[in-house]
Amino acid sequence: MGITRDEVRTVAALARLELTSDQEESLTGDLDQILDAFRKLQTLDTGTAEPMRPFDLDAAPLREDRVENLPADDAHLEQAPDRHGRLFHVPKIIE
Amino acid sequence: MTPELADLSIREAGARMRRGEVTALALLEAALARTGERDDELGAVLTRADEAALTAATGLDARLAAGDDPGPLAGIPIALKDNICTRDLRTTAGSKILESFVPAYDATVVERLRAAGAIVVSKLNCDEFAMGSSTENSAFGPTRNPWDTARVPGGSSGGSAVAVATGMCAAALGTDTGGSIRLPASFCGVVGMKPSYGRVSRYGVIAYASSLDQVGPVARSVDDAALLLGVIAGHDRRDSTSSPRPVPDLRTALLGDVTGLRIGLPKEYFAEAMQPEVERAVRAAIADLERAGATVVSVSLPHTEYAISTYYLIATAEASSNLARYDGVRYGRRAPHPQNLSEMYCASRGAGFGAEVKRRIMLGTYALSAGYYDAYYLKAQQARTLIAGDFRAAFERCDVLAAPVAPTTAFRLGERLDDPITMYLTDVLTISVNLAGIPALSVPCGFDDAGLPIGLQLIGRPFDESTLLRVGAAHEHASEWHTRRPPA
Repeated sequence: MGITRDEVRTVAALARLELTSDQEESLTGDLDQILDAFRKLQTLDTGTAEPMRPFDLDAAPLREDRVENLPADDAHLEQAPDRHGRLFHVPKIIE
Repeated sequence: MTPELADLSIREAGARMRRGEVTALALLEAALARTGERDDELGAVLTRADEAALTAATGLDARLAAGDDPGPLAGIPIALKDNICTRDLRTTAGSKILESFVPAYDATVVERLRAAGAIVVSKLNCDEFAMGSSTENSAFGPTRNPWDTARVPGGSSGGSAVAVATGMCAAALGTDTGGSIRLPASFCGVVGMKPSYGRVSRYGVIAYASSLDQVGPVARSVDDAALLLGVIAGHDRRDSTSSPRPVPDLRTALLGDVTGLRIGLPKEYFAEAMQPEVERAVRAAIADLERAGATVVSVSLPHTEYAISTYYLIATAEASSNLARYDGVRYGRRAPHPQNLSEMYCASRGAGFGAEVKRRIMLGTYALSAGYYDAYYLKAQQARTLIAGDFRAAFERCDVLAAPVAPTTAFRLGERLDDPITMYLTDVLTISVNLAGIPALSVPCGFDDAGLPIGLQLIGRPFDESTLLRVGAAHEHASEWHTRRPPA
């Protein structure tokens, strides 16, 4: 079963990616080829193997829940593509 | 021949500085001059930090003159892959979407380098968001291999390997998610190490695949790599995946020999369609280690054939999530005049990401989407457990594994660019190490008939970087491959 162009459009919408018609076409071919090459994994008997877990659980000890990073200062605001005073400016969210 | 200042090892440069024979400023100027001479042709550097570096070097010389000890990397010019955040210094990750991003803070590894006296000289080219095996996927153009400029340097840390090989810096940092330090180190004839997952903090490192990414050194000798790793390794409370395990004295580890050490040869790593000179050089290096007292055993990593698909499903799934943050709101590019939020996201990302990044985001989103999750992502995570189990079983019979880094030497620019599967297969011998979270080292071990470098890969037990470095140092004692520099 190959991947279709409609599926590529659906996945692109999920990924919030605008694609040109040419990109849709080449990605349909690429993903089809890649997933086909990866099909062999489906034949692997993974039996009762658990999905891989983080390597060193001791590495994530609990710590006190305290704010340490400061709220956005000017250095962060300077990275905003568009700002309004001390706020990040975005297009209208609620229609 | 006496090496020029730009080609000195860190140890030698440091010794000369302490004897007052050379200044940090002179070392820096040599690195900057070399960058000026070579980089137009090679494309390794994305952003130079000349002014800040000159100020830092002058300050360092003053401290040295006053009798201060600024640290183990005092006055050493170091360059960084451009996915490592540097305060007030542009950090692009090789992507158009971050073309003008200037971080407000240093990554922990950068803080540690600076605290050890290092001078940050430049930010280095890489595949966009570290996604690639050739450094051809950078939005700012490809990096070229200094041994043959028609060929790729390997990727994704291609700029790091090229800058180190040509003396644009004394050493560099790269990141390795599926081989991105080891492959370029091998293709460019330098030393590169991927530390154990958790050994080095990733705070301030632009994420690609968080269960696989690791920062590591690229250097001109094992000794220099050990020094650099010693500086950047260790727990960081700002990265919850960094390990609290203590870091041993890695340079002392180099002093031991390899008598009685058991080297495992994974038979699957010699079975691929391999360039004959690669196999010959790697087997010769292993024979040298045997003569130095090591014993060789054959081992098997039976799930190797599933590693590429397992990696590309897991890594792209994680990437699709990690790269969701580039949405045109907080930093990076925003598409002009969006009518609404959704259009802003889609158009900004569509215009800002390159072809390979889009391909991987699409693959990862697909693998995580409803109806496919069990068949792809979950299956890959189970396969990953089996792949990690292969290594555990192998290490019951040996202390390190030895293999090539890649089945071939550097390929030509453009040769694999239109064929993603062939490009992905470049990583076939490096990728399992990341899936298993274990450390691996690439050291130069010869040249092919066309004069291109070949890398020996040494793979170790979790957190046993010391043994890898010791074996790497023993290999260097038995050969002189690491002293060869590319033609000017």
